[in-house]
Amino acid sequence: MAASFRCVFRRLLRDCMLKVNVVSTHHASKPIYPAYGIVCRCYSDDFQGKSTHFGFETVPEEEKAERVYKVFESVAQKYDVMNDAMSLGIHRLWKDTLLHIMNPLPGTRLLDTAGGTGDISTRFLDYTRSQRERQQRRTIRSQQTLSWQDMTSTPSSNGQQELAESTAVVCDINKEMLKVGKDKAEKMGYSSGLSWVVGDAEELPFADDQFDVYTIAFGIRNVTHIEQALEEALRVLKPGGRFMCLEFSKVSNPVLSSLYDAYSFQLIPVLGEVIAGDWKSYQYLVESIRRFPDQETFKGMIEDAGFFRVQYFNLTGGVVAIHSGFKL
Amino acid sequence: MRLRLPRIAVCSNVLGTAQLINRALYRQLYSSPLDSEYDRLYPGHIPTTPVQKALLAVGSGAAALQNPYRHDMVAVLGETTGHLALVRLRDRMRNDPEGYAILTERPRIRLSTLDLAHLAALPEGSFGREYLRFLDENRVTPDTRADVKFVDNEELAYVMQRYREVHDLLHTLLGMPTNMLGEVAVKWFEAAQTGLPMCILGAALGPLRLSSSRLRTLAASLGPWALRSGSRARCVLSVFYERRWDQSLDELREELGIEPPPPLTLTSTKKANTAHAGLVS
Repeated sequence: MAASFRCVFRRLLRDCMLKVNVVSTHHASKPIYPAYGIVCRCYSDDFQGKSTHFGFETVPEEEKAERVYKVFESVAQKYDVMNDAMSLGIHRLWKDTLLHIMNPLPGTRLLDTAGGTGDISTRFLDYTRSQRERQQRRTIRSQQTLSWQDMTSTPSSNGQQELAESTAVVCDINKEMLKVGKDKAEKMGYSSGLSWVVGDAEELPFADDQFDVYTIAFGIRNVTHIEQALEEALRVLKPGGRFMCLEFSKVSNPVLSSLYDAYSFQLIPVLGEVIAGDWKSYQYLVESIRRFPDQETFKGMIEDAGFFRVQYFNLTGGVVAIHSGFKL
Repeated sequence: MRLRLPRIAVCSNVLGTAQLINRALYRQLYSSPLDSEYDRLYPGHIPTTPVQKALLAVGSGAAALQNPYRHDMVAVLGETTGHLALVRLRDRMRNDPEGYAILTERPRIRLSTLDLAHLAALPEGSFGREYLRFLDENRVTPDTRADVKFVDNEELAYVMQRYREVHDLLHTLLGMPTNMLGEVAVKWFEAAQTGLPMCILGAALGPLRLSSSRLRTLAASLGPWALRSGSRARCVLSVFYERRWDQSLDELREELGIEPPPPLTLTSTKKANTAHAGLVS
């Protein structure tokens, strides 16, 4: 009940602030509530605004977006290779699980935010296409048992129906990542149903009530103001739409946690240096995972943004969690 | 014994990681936006645990073997495996008056610090003129050396950087071109001189990529000459080259104890530049 009261209050405040946000530029807009992370007001004599975390560093908020951009610009070319090396290929299973939980029907409109190289979108297209084929096979099989009279009398028969096409929009703030994703999709043969848009998760370039499903896979921890990204997600989703977030999370088991920490901190920057020639970006990666809120806290943030029926699924012992919520 | 052997036990990983995280959390509470884990000891420094160094050594070695044009991997291999040799080199430099001057003044060999016009005006046969000729003929510049990242001692990092920058000067002193044969010869000299594991590895594996005729030249004349000169010569890092541009090359060779190079047949400079950048450090 407290959560819903907070929602209403926040929505009221947001409506008042909307006019202010429209005229202000991206960098000047401040969130209503401080972003998750250390708000070092006492240390802010040196810089104008609040500060936030960049891995284990503390940086001014304005700087974080730029630094994250640079990180992904430099890792874009080797992004997929590094994902396979760091997770030993398990990231593919995680993304497949996300699609299985999503279980999209053909004709769904997906917005894949921070979609980068397009892994989720291509999986989505595969899934909906195979679902479509299954549907078609089912209708053909059912039609085979109809009598001659029934077949001629039904008005919509033999593929005259309007089949809605599933579409996926890949949105990312980083042009390098989109470029890599576009080339990859072309090579894999995805020509229709995909579009590539440059956009900021905190300020999406789409109208309200556009999409059936909103996903953000391994991207939300890089956003400076997570609450803003959640509110934008709520805005662009249709009523009945689903929000899904795949992100690294907290491992509760202490033995697994210490193994995971040792692996992350000792091996991943080394892999980054050897494979991609970039130590610092992968050090940022493992640090940013540690700074992200745990499953319950993030669930609370999603509920605060206005989503209902929020639940999470732990994968690989909590290394990764899928959070899901609905806009009603 | 200052070198810590890498321990692979999980508990030490955890301890090291716990310390790393504790330090990081401490920094999180008290850091300013300009403070960073990096660049503590010198610009470009990245602190690493012994486990990370061991993994880096193995990984960079494998990457360098698989793709010899990964110059950064050769550099990382040198940094992570060279601690003992760097300490020995630094002590040799300290015991030499000129080397001590280098360690205190820290000169860097870069295009910005070299006066190319002055070098061009020097007489033929002088060290500076020959060095400039070497740079022009082989189309290399001294600015392509990677910065040192993983050495956890500021002075040793400078010794490593000096070793990389002196490599071109060694080519001039030994009279070797930048093709594969010349590079291997210089590597043998450096291995005998410095004892860096990366030089020894490069010296051992470099000949595998040579043609049989060049291999014969290496085995017959170049190789023994390089090893002899390397073991007898004075420490080449201890020489303040920046003050010796106008010295005659032959005189400098005699002073350092380097025998005059055996005559080489004219070799092509195809792939010379990439080989040159790859085999240094």
